[in-house]
Amino acid sequence: MAGTAVRGRLSTWQTATVGPVTDETPKVRTLRLEVPEWPGHRAGQHVDIRLTADDGYQAERAYSIASAPGEPLAITVERLDDGEVSPYLTEEARTGDQLEVRGPIGGYFVWEPGSDSGGPLLLAAGGSGIVPLRAIVRERSRAGSSVPVRLLYSSRSWEDVIYSTEFGLPPGGVEVIYTLTRSQPRMWQGYARRVDDQMLAEVAWPTADRPLAYVCGPTNFVESVAAGLVKLGYPAGRVKTERFGATGG
Amino acid sequence: MVDEETLDGNAIGGLLMEVFGTDMTTAVATCGSCGAASQVAELPVYMPGLGTVARCRSCQSVLMVFTEVRRVTCVDLMGLASLSYGPN
Repeated sequence: MAGTAVRGRLSTWQTATVGPVTDETPKVRTLRLEVPEWPGHRAGQHVDIRLTADDGYQAERAYSIASAPGEPLAITVERLDDGEVSPYLTEEARTGDQLEVRGPIGGYFVWEPGSDSGGPLLLAAGGSGIVPLRAIVRERSRAGSSVPVRLLYSSRSWEDVIYSTEFGLPPGGVEVIYTLTRSQPRMWQGYARRVDDQMLAEVAWPTADRPLAYVCGPTNFVESVAAGLVKLGYPAGRVKTERFGATGG
Repeated sequence: MVDEETLDGNAIGGLLMEVFGTDMTTAVATCGSCGAASQVAELPVYMPGLGTVARCRSCQSVLMVFTEVRRVTCVDLMGLASLSYGPN
């Protein structure tokens, strides 16, 4: 296929105003974004955020949408110490600040009630990979879906667990299984290692149930979980993946 | 070839939307070298800073290259046999 040049990338960026901000963990924040012409979004989609410095330098990054369709647009952002965008979003952004947003984006890593054959959902998150999966769980509740869900959530420590209050009392039919890879609270009874084939064999729905899997997180996490599920017999087409790279967004 | 910096086609959804005017993450990309077909979201994507490269999942050939020069996005799709959009 031939190459071409596309002039002008002006049309799809919109101005967003930062709304209420919620601290989730010491390094993670949820920001409501008010976008006047927001067309609505689907669970699992993301937005691109663009910041422009005084000298005109621009940096943009993708962030998963944390809210369900029908809820106000919100993103959850983890601070990366050497990041160009996340330190601003997690430390400096205040209610009323303005930034540029493009989206909603994506049609692959998306879940909609009834859009599939009805098998149970296996959701697997590494770190801030939980964000789009949280939108999926909320959408399931909002839409009144009863599809059974198992959510396997890998974090470094309990202090790093995002949405711990929300998932501490999950909706009926949703089971949350944690693994803490670096440190664990005293008396911790959950998993305490990286997700491996043995853990997947214990947690994942049997293939006979025709499960559908969504895996999101750092690239190494996603590669390893997706490969493990395929080894268990999940068809590759039933394992949807989204990779954040080395750092998790 | 897949290292921890490797992203996937989800990450270029916004860029592709600018270029094509619609979501392309579920479009099917067919490699011009080996003929393997997969959804754009499943392609390994590298963003080393100078530009963005999407490769074939099977043979690692370069399928798409995007570079931005003075606010103009240059698109090279030479590695693709086809890029088809529609229900799949």
